[in-house]
Amino acid sequence: MSLSLSRSAGDGPLWSLLHPPAVDGLFQRSLPRPAADGLSHSFLPPLAGEGARRADGGPRVSATVLHAEGLHKHFGATRALDGAGMALRAGEIHALMGQNGAGKSTLIKLLTGVEHPDAGTVTLDGRTIAPANPLDAQREGISTVYQEVNLCPNLSVAENLYAGRYPRRFGLVDWRRVRAGARELLAELRLDIDVDMPLSSYPVAIQQMVAIARALGVSARVLILDEPTSSLDEGEVRELFAVMRRLRERGMAILFVTHFLDQVYAVSDRITVLRNGALVGEYTPAELPQAALVKAMVGREVELAAGRDAQAAVADDAPVVVEARGLARRGALHPVTLQVKAGEVLALGGLLGSGRTELARLLFGLDRADAGELRIQGEQASLRHPADAVARGLALCPEERKTEGIVAELSVRENIVLALQARRGWRRSLPRARQDELARHYVELLGVKTAGIESPVGALSGGNQQKVVLARWLATQPKLLILDEPTRGIDIAAKQEIMAEVVRLAREGMAVLFISAEIEELTRLGDRIAVLRERHLAGELAGGSDGGQVLDLIAGHG
Amino acid sequence: MADATPVRQDRAPLHRRLLAHPLFWPLLALALLLLGNGLLNPGFLALEWRDGRLYGNLVDIANRAAPLILVSLGMTLVIAVRGLDISVGAVLAIAATVAAWTIGRMTAGGEAGLAPLFAAIGAALAAAALCGLWNGLLVVKVGMQPIIATLILMVAGRGVAQLISGGNILTIYYPPYSFIGTGFLFGLPFSLYVAAAVFIALVLLLDRTALGLFVRAIGHNPVAAHVAGVRARAITLSLYVFSGFCAGLAGLLVSSNVASADANNAGQLLELDAILAVALGGTALAGGRFSLAGSLVGAVIIQTITTSIYAIGSAPQVYYVVKALLVVAMTVLQSP
Repeated sequence: MSLSLSRSAGDGPLWSLLHPPAVDGLFQRSLPRPAADGLSHSFLPPLAGEGARRADGGPRVSATVLHAEGLHKHFGATRALDGAGMALRAGEIHALMGQNGAGKSTLIKLLTGVEHPDAGTVTLDGRTIAPANPLDAQREGISTVYQEVNLCPNLSVAENLYAGRYPRRFGLVDWRRVRAGARELLAELRLDIDVDMPLSSYPVAIQQMVAIARALGVSARVLILDEPTSSLDEGEVRELFAVMRRLRERGMAILFVTHFLDQVYAVSDRITVLRNGALVGEYTPAELPQAALVKAMVGREVELAAGRDAQAAVADDAPVVVEARGLARRGALHPVTLQVKAGEVLALGGLLGSGRTELARLLFGLDRADAGELRIQGEQASLRHPADAVARGLALCPEERKTEGIVAELSVRENIVLALQARRGWRRSLPRARQDELARHYVELLGVKTAGIESPVGALSGGNQQKVVLARWLATQPKLLILDEPTRGIDIAAKQEIMAEVVRLAREGMAVLFISAEIEELTRLGDRIAVLRERHLAGELAGGSDGGQVLDLIAGHG
Repeated sequence: MADATPVRQDRAPLHRRLLAHPLFWPLLALALLLLGNGLLNPGFLALEWRDGRLYGNLVDIANRAAPLILVSLGMTLVIAVRGLDISVGAVLAIAATVAAWTIGRMTAGGEAGLAPLFAAIGAALAAAALCGLWNGLLVVKVGMQPIIATLILMVAGRGVAQLISGGNILTIYYPPYSFIGTGFLFGLPFSLYVAAAVFIALVLLLDRTALGLFVRAIGHNPVAAHVAGVRARAITLSLYVFSGFCAGLAGLLVSSNVASADANNAGQLLELDAILAVALGGTALAGGRFSLAGSLVGAVIIQTITTSIYAIGSAPQVYYVVKALLVVAMTVLQSP
């Protein structure tokens, strides 16, 4: 199956999907062809016949730059890729979609030389390539920007941009050229920052831009962005998209991996869907509405979590589980007053940096409040350590799953019993039979996909890791469960399962503080919706409020 | 195959499981060392029962390894929680000096009895535990890098010991004390019982309580352990105290064995041997994965090399070269 232009349109299963449909407004901007703009490496000669297609508003079609076909990859007994393939053209933003475990990461690893295929071919400009390692792939013109920025935080921005390829003068590093070059590269992304500052002094969004600039610097033809938006706020995402569009105009082929469906529709020209390690199909956004995309990814209709049930409203006299009165911490959160009642889901929204996580940390004793009062079940509580919060029946699934949630090297069982065991103290060890029973119970209840309860958690996919963290806290039978962005970076089916579980738990009487950046989740789950803005409590809305109202409160207009 | 139980089907073949066992390489190295010695020196492996005691090179190796075993066990747990304690040699010297000083003061009037013995043991162990507490506080409360925090006591500790000893090598003229390091119980050196008791107590403590789980959780991911409610700092602090305590026990064995306390030279470079023993035993120096049994075997390996070199009659200088070669070989074998 080839997707290159040498085949006549209409004879392949995928080509039939590419009939020119009406494209939604976002893509109708008339974009100039890449020109020789000083960066000869990104210059591609226009192809005959291409303009005609572009004129009728169809997706831009140009030469296939990167073409993968029939890729197979096994890891032990796991079949990670089973004949997957895709075609990436110059000057397009191409979304790669699929659930966790669909093979996206593996496909990217094969393209970038991190892993090597068992079978199948990858061609770049029609030439078969087999990159031995990421550096090799970079030399071929394939650069990757990972979810976790893979640069050196302690080095300066300029050093990061040139590490491994410093310009030299008399055998020494020519720092003047390094700095000038760094500024030039960043200017292409319309970024004006001090290149001598260490990378870690900048927010993740900027770090990501630096990573992209590095990819530009190494003359990339193909840029792979692996979940670049998962730690960015909305404004930063817009910035990133603007940069991606500019790079597209210069003829770069961009492969974009994300879990956010709306972002796919906002920026991509084409969508390739993988499922179970195989190619499902290649589509344009216009012909694949969101529901169809989800179906293609999951392979069945996904039931959206029921959400709150207006009829089963929380009684006004339900006991207050946790109450914050003017709770504040200098530099983190201005005084916040709120209550969470038994049996209700309080959805907490706000932009990144609005104080969401800071509030969760204060409630859980991870940071100490320096003003205000915290009452847990009516009693004033001064939390010095998370263990104090756990002892009082609080639980927190932290935002950073990998660094603060799971202990990757420990087994599923050990991860699940960890909090309960910590609450019992080290002397009263849970009998092994009880540990096994607990682990099996929650693995089954939450549908954790694992080879067994003794598998290390690190071997599980993101969604399943998150379920294990959730299980760890459910095992302590908490009074208040704080979930800090529990659905971030996990696939859509797991997302729905976790949201459904949250609603179920609340109906059983648990108080839930559900923190999310996604408005749709806030309105769907919250019995009440509280919004933080600039480290203040901006306001509270009733459950079932309109998403627009929530957005206004989050953004601060009106 | 059809009627085999599922459990057996899951299992890898015996030799595979043996090779994958974390203790396989350390034990193999030890066995080869002993075998080599036996071939070069036929009397090496001989054991003899005489006057109700067991004699032989093997007993001698175990006896001499006891202080290193104790220190390595403490070190293992500190390393398991991402720490390091390079002050153990100095702490050993402090404990030895405190014991010798106590005995010297209490027996000065010619008074005998067992009181000086218990006072010396108590004072030495308390001083050592205090040293461990100091290390732990610097790491946990002050937030210093473990290697720097314990470097302070490594350097200053010998000064403290010399202040106590007045700059002299303290000689111990008190027979009851010599039992600890030279005495025999049921035919075996008493020091072996001390090492064995600490080892067994630790294994039980880590296995039967939740401490082992907490230590591994802290070592692999201290932040996640903290968030899960594990009192990671308190545990880390107590492990430094325990490491000091182990160095103190070793100090008792060493000073009793030579009936003196040398503030300057007792336990010199012991920290490096202990770290080496821990590494040889398969404990990850990055924290998390640890093996007490491995460290025990590692300590015995190190002592075996020393004894072998003396048994062969080579110059003592050769010892360091052989040890270096062994470290390289073991590290290569153990790396995945």
